[in-house]
Amino acid sequence: MEIKEAIAGTLESGDIMIRIVPGQKPGVDINLSSSVAYQFGNQIKRVIADTLAELGVDGVTVEATDKGALDCTIRARVTTAAVRATGRDVWR
Amino acid sequence: MKTREQLTAQAAERMGKPVYDDANRAKATEQKLDIQKNSPKLATLEEAIRKSGLKDGDTISFHHHFRAGDKVVNMVVDKLAEMGFKNLHVAASSLQDVHAPLIEHIKNGVVTKISTSGLRGDLAKEISMGLMDEPVVFRSHGGRGSAIANGDLHIDVAFIGASSSDPLGNACGYSRSENAKSICGSLGYALPDARYADKVVILTDDLVPYPNTPNSVSEHDVDYVVEVDSVGDSSKISSGAIRDTKNPRDILLAQQAAKVILNSGYFKPGFSIQTGSGGASLAAVKFIRQAMIDQGIKASFALGGITAHMVKMHEEGLIDRLIDVQSFDKVAAESLKNDPMHKEVSACEYASADEPGSATHYLDIVILSALEADVDFNVNVLVGSDGIIRGAIGGHPDTAADSALSIIVCPLLRGRIPCIVDKVTTLITPGSTVDVIVTEYGIAVNPRRPELAERLKAAGLNVVDINWLKDKALSIIGTPDPLPFGDKVVGIVMNRDGSVQDTILNIIE
Repeated sequence: MEIKEAIAGTLESGDIMIRIVPGQKPGVDINLSSSVAYQFGNQIKRVIADTLAELGVDGVTVEATDKGALDCTIRARVTTAAVRATGRDVWR
Repeated sequence: MKTREQLTAQAAERMGKPVYDDANRAKATEQKLDIQKNSPKLATLEEAIRKSGLKDGDTISFHHHFRAGDKVVNMVVDKLAEMGFKNLHVAASSLQDVHAPLIEHIKNGVVTKISTSGLRGDLAKEISMGLMDEPVVFRSHGGRGSAIANGDLHIDVAFIGASSSDPLGNACGYSRSENAKSICGSLGYALPDARYADKVVILTDDLVPYPNTPNSVSEHDVDYVVEVDSVGDSSKISSGAIRDTKNPRDILLAQQAAKVILNSGYFKPGFSIQTGSGGASLAAVKFIRQAMIDQGIKASFALGGITAHMVKMHEEGLIDRLIDVQSFDKVAAESLKNDPMHKEVSACEYASADEPGSATHYLDIVILSALEADVDFNVNVLVGSDGIIRGAIGGHPDTAADSALSIIVCPLLRGRIPCIVDKVTTLITPGSTVDVIVTEYGIAVNPRRPELAERLKAAGLNVVDINWLKDKALSIIGTPDPLPFGDKVVGIVMNRDGSVQDTILNIIE
């Protein structure tokens, strides 16, 4: 699977910005900066990792800047960024 | 018969007093406007500090009526650092983002202790991380007034910024002269300091001729008057204009809060009310105003934290009097200056638990905000859910405790942060004093107030169990991880009765 750099989301309160870049090795690296990191950092990383795994995306680095997004928002932004990064439409 | 001189001498001896001596008495006969320019109270800041007798380890105090625009704290503490003072206790009515320069003074040992109502910005963050050895002591506005009056908080030298003062120290939070540079309105939080501090220094950016009446601070309490370029930037008190929130959630919360008030049983002719300055609180006032007009109900007084909204309703004849410990915007400050029915009060007259006449004791309804409320109705307005200090106690616990009906308005969630939790991060306002919590998902009534719950249910309001609200929040956001607290106490929260209520631990990054 060829991965291009791709971005989805905004820096608005309640949103998360996801930037996917090709990784150097297999697996998913997540760099998270979050306004709610203390209480939800682990949960946010898990949602990002699970969403990418479901989509079969691997070998990427994810830069995530979170402003208190809910899980549904995180999944939507990660999915969009993954579609843009892979060029594959998940709806088909 | 003894002469009158002999009898006078005898009387003086019995009273232990000298006999009046008329020799060498001189009258000051110059024009008085010239004489007052040489008032013995006029001094530079450095002279005033020296003459005050301030020593290392002493307590100095400040007010926060200029809020984010304050210039006095930094100016005075910079000067004290330059003069070599150490180990000072800064007892401010509150501290803001603008006071971040205190961080360096703490690191250099100039300031080693802080008492305040609140902390914000970088200073708050550093202190939350453990910057100071001594924990910061947090008091409510009423609690601070009580502590100053009863000696728990002894002030050696008070530094009071004023928008006008005459050379004798009659000072105000506004100026009637054409050279007025600043305005903050009420000086309510500084009045206990003026009355009880050992020495009082007025700093003013408009030195006006005597008599600067009507005055807030009396010359009787003032030792030194210092003229400075600026005591504060009035534009940073608030924008000055009435801003109506467009946030639909705030409007929904405001509507619900207003319905609670209208159906609470307390919305009667002559009622009294206090509201905060938040968007939902201001929007609630708009709904209440309409109901007052429709039902022909007038309020006896509004208390606060006076805003332009309250001034407007007073001028419309809907609110008889305004009682103002702190003017929240320029409209309120101008009204305080011009309208005798808009009365300035000290923190003690506002909210002291010890003062039977304090205004909160006669307050029917208060609308308050919250960072967090828990299932026991306890409220936190000081420490963020990330464990970092980011707010102020203000009059929150004072008004909740003394009012007949205290209403907390807060959303269920702020982003991913829950506002209804199992246990508040820090206890500021005890649940025993909180009556109703309004969220966009429903209204929780304290089980101590069953009659209130019945009235609200009868009016068709969505009254829910507070535990249901907490569970609802968790179902949306998941379960938060515990905060990484250390074991160093960085803050102590005092109850308004002088007892120790809670402690704040350092947070580890």
